[in-house]
Parts: sequence; C-alpha cells; structure tokens
Amino acid sequence: MEERKFTIEELKAVLRACAGEEESVDLDGQILDTEFEDLGYDSLALLEAGGRIEREYGITLGDEALNDAPTPRALLEIVNTRLLGVDAA
Amino acid sequence: MNGTAVSTVSTVVTGLGVTAPNGLGTQDYWAATRDGRSGIGRVTRFDPSGYPARLAGEVPGFVASEHLPSRLLPQTDHMTKLALVAADWALADAGVRPDELSGYDMGVVTASSSGGFEFGQNELQALWSKGSKYVSAYQSFAWFYAVNTGQISIRNGMQGPSAALVSDHAGGLDAIAQARRQIRKGTPVTVTGAIDASICSYGWICHLASGRISTADDPDRAYLPFDARAGGYVPGEGGALFVLEEAQAARDRGARVYGEIAGYASTFDPKPGTGGEPGLRRTIELALDDAGAAPADIDVVFADAAAVPELDRIEADALAAVFGPHGIPVTAPKTMTGRLYSGAAPLDVAAALLAIRDGVIPPTVNTSPDPAYALDLVTGAPRAARLRSALVLARGYGGFNAAMVVRSA
Repeated sequence: MEERKFTIEELKAVLRACAGEEESVDLDGQILDTEFEDLGYDSLALLEAGGRIEREYGITLGDEALNDAPTPRALLEIVNTRLLGVDAA
Repeated sequence: MNGTAVSTVSTVVTGLGVTAPNGLGTQDYWAATRDGRSGIGRVTRFDPSGYPARLAGEVPGFVASEHLPSRLLPQTDHMTKLALVAADWALADAGVRPDELSGYDMGVVTASSSGGFEFGQNELQALWSKGSKYVSAYQSFAWFYAVNTGQISIRNGMQGPSAALVSDHAGGLDAIAQARRQIRKGTPVTVTGAIDASICSYGWICHLASGRISTADDPDRAYLPFDARAGGYVPGEGGALFVLEEAQAARDRGARVYGEIAGYASTFDPKPGTGGEPGLRRTIELALDDAGAAPADIDVVFADAAAVPELDRIEADALAAVFGPHGIPVTAPKTMTGRLYSGAAPLDVAAALLAIRDGVIPPTVNTSPDPAYALDLVTGAPRAARLRSALVLARGYGGFNAAMVVRSA
C-alpha cells in the first residue's frame, strides 16, 4: 500500500477550512515550530481541526494527542505515526 | 438640560448599529423606513414551500466575510455574525475605540429569543445523518442564548458586567434596561440591544408553534396590525445594537448623543383564565413614572403590533387608557421588517431616536386601521412632528411586557 503522509500544506488547509486564519499571522511562513497558540488557534480550534483530520484520514487522535502537540511539527508527527498504524493494519 | 444632579444618573445612546430586513446599516434602514419601503418577501434562506408560512423579513446584502475575520466565520451562527457587525458599527458610530479603554470599563448586555438556530440545526443534522464525529466543536457555544454577548465581549475585549436576557420580544428592552443599570453602577460604556435571526427550517417550526404566524403569501397583506384583517405576523431577522454611556461623560468627550434612555418598566401578565387585566397598561404607566413623564409628555408610540386580534385589542386598550382614544400618534414600522423577536424593540428604539432627530414619524405600512381600536395610527406616509419623547412597547410570548421611554438629550 502506498505510504500516506500528512503534510504541513494539508494541515494548513484543514486549519483554514475549519477554524479560519488569524489576520496578523502568515500561515505560509515558517510555522512548523510556532506554537498553535501563537498562530491564533485555541484549544477549541484544535479540537475542530483534530476532528476533521480524524474523519478525512480515518485515524483516531483523541484529546490527549492534541494536548501533546503544541506545534504543527508535533501534530504532523502524531498524525503520521497514526497513519502508519492504519496502513500496517 | 444643565443640572448636574440629573446628568449623573442619565444614560444616553451615543452609537447605533442596525441590521434590518429593509436596510443593512443605519442609513439604509432609516431611508427605507421613512419612505415606507418594506423588506418582507418570500423566504430565501431555506425552501419554505412545504410550510404553512412562507414570508419573512430577511436582511439583504449581508456577506459576513466582507466584515469579519475568517477565524470567526466557522464558529458563529448567522445571528452572531449580524450582531458582531452591528456592534462594530455601533462602536464606530459612537467614536468608541475599545482598544483604548480598560476592558473592565466596558460591558455587553444583549437579548436573544432562540440562540443560534441555524448553526444548531446543521450540527444536529450532521449528528443524526453522519455521526457524532461530524459535529462541530463550536456547537458547544454557537447555538447558545448568550453567544452574541460572549462573542462581542471577546472581539472587543469587553470584560465589564455582561449578561444575556431571554424574554422573547420583550427581551430587547429588558437588555437595554439592564445595560442602563450597569451604566448607573459605574461601568462607563455598555454595548446593548439585540439581534435575532432564526429563519431556518428548525427555527421556522418553532415560530409556527406559537400559532401567531401569518400564512398569507402576499407581502402587502401578510402583517396587518390593528387591521380588521389581522391574521398574525411575519417573522424577521436582525435588530439593533447601541453604545450606552453616562450622559455627562459622553458630553465631556464630545460624543454625539442620539437621546436618553429615560424610562423603563417590565411586567408579567396574570395567569391566563384568572381574569386579571393584562400587564401592558401598568407597564406603560410604570415606564412613564420611571422617566418622570406624564402621558402628555410623550409624543409618539412605537407599538408592539402583534397583528393577533386579541393582542391588538389589549394594546389599543392600554394606549387608550393611558393616552385617551386617538390620544397620541402610534406607529409600527415593523410592518416593513416583520417581527424580529428580541431584535424588534431595539430596532424600534433606533427608529424612535432617529425619528426624534429628524422630526418625522415613520409610517405603518399596509394596515387599514380598524376604527374600533381608536388609534391615531400613522399610515401611508411619514408624518412630520416635533418629537421630544417616544414610547416603545414590546411583548413576549408567555406574558412578558416591557416599555421604554427615549427622550432627546
């Protein structure tokens, strides 16, 4: 099975679609290690984004995974780990 | 007025923000209302063909993304989008910059009759058709009665005393009165009023349950208060928000003042079947007392105008009891918008303030008043008049009555 990878571009698309975009933040800049809070996304926005990722990618993240991912890089790692698990199954 | 003792307890309106079915923004609304132009038409927000009522007053030309940041769009119901924009306009109109004030010096008090129905409907549909994973996290608050107060508070950093009032059509006046209390207790600036919008199929069946909705299809014959043909009202969306300040503080900063919130009262009707007099007459008398006004001091009444014969009779009787038969000009510009639930009376307060400013009473459209009501109803064309004080009436389903006196400051 072809390996699926969740990219920063896909994450940005999800964030924009389900929580919008803070006017003072450039999501297209170097944001991989910027905390979500500084990107203008509160816990509810991340919950909404997490729900969308779960539905679109067929994985389960759970609230704890979202709490453990303060930055886009951390969230990408968690999602991609889950995707590997799905593919292996 | 130059007595400082009086001015210390006087609360004035310094900003208006209007979203109405016959005009988006104060200027469009007032131009249409003076001219007697209606915004009532066939429902477009959903397909009404399968429902007994098919007419509504919908706010025209509102594109939320032109006014609000994208962060707010996925988390807000239509009514909250309207309210956030109306609040922005009211603050700009008042020349109040929230970022220049302490958060604790600004409060928000709005009314709501139904909460964010359309948002809630969409999420409930997602729940039963696709499953719980498809329900938005924002449903946790987007449907809620207090959400307009909360979102206005967050957007503008307003951390002072805040509240949400729920008393159907009377709520808009109850909210303004609560905001006035906070001004009197020392909060310098309060955003208040109400915006309601629940024209979606879920909201529609809830409105229909009242049995008071017009089933007519001709917009010119659908909402005829005080007319022998009255057969219920047309629901609408929108309303008005205001910036309130203490009068002396407003003058000290050179603010333009629309008028004073001079008097208010609310009552509850006696239990049905007990034979007691409806509360409206007493509400009017108490509001006049609160304003220190005699009936002769009031120049015009903005009626609740239920267009349900029994309710029209109760309102006409109350007006005749206080002001005498044909004793005062009465108008119902809501015949051009439909009844906006909690937004209705704030929109009437806005109209009253603008009527006082311009010396003109906007007309009641379409109605041919039944002479039996003994009302001096302003119909057909606007009436020029020197206006100093106006009385606004509002009644909510279930027995709520509210009355407010606004006065040139």
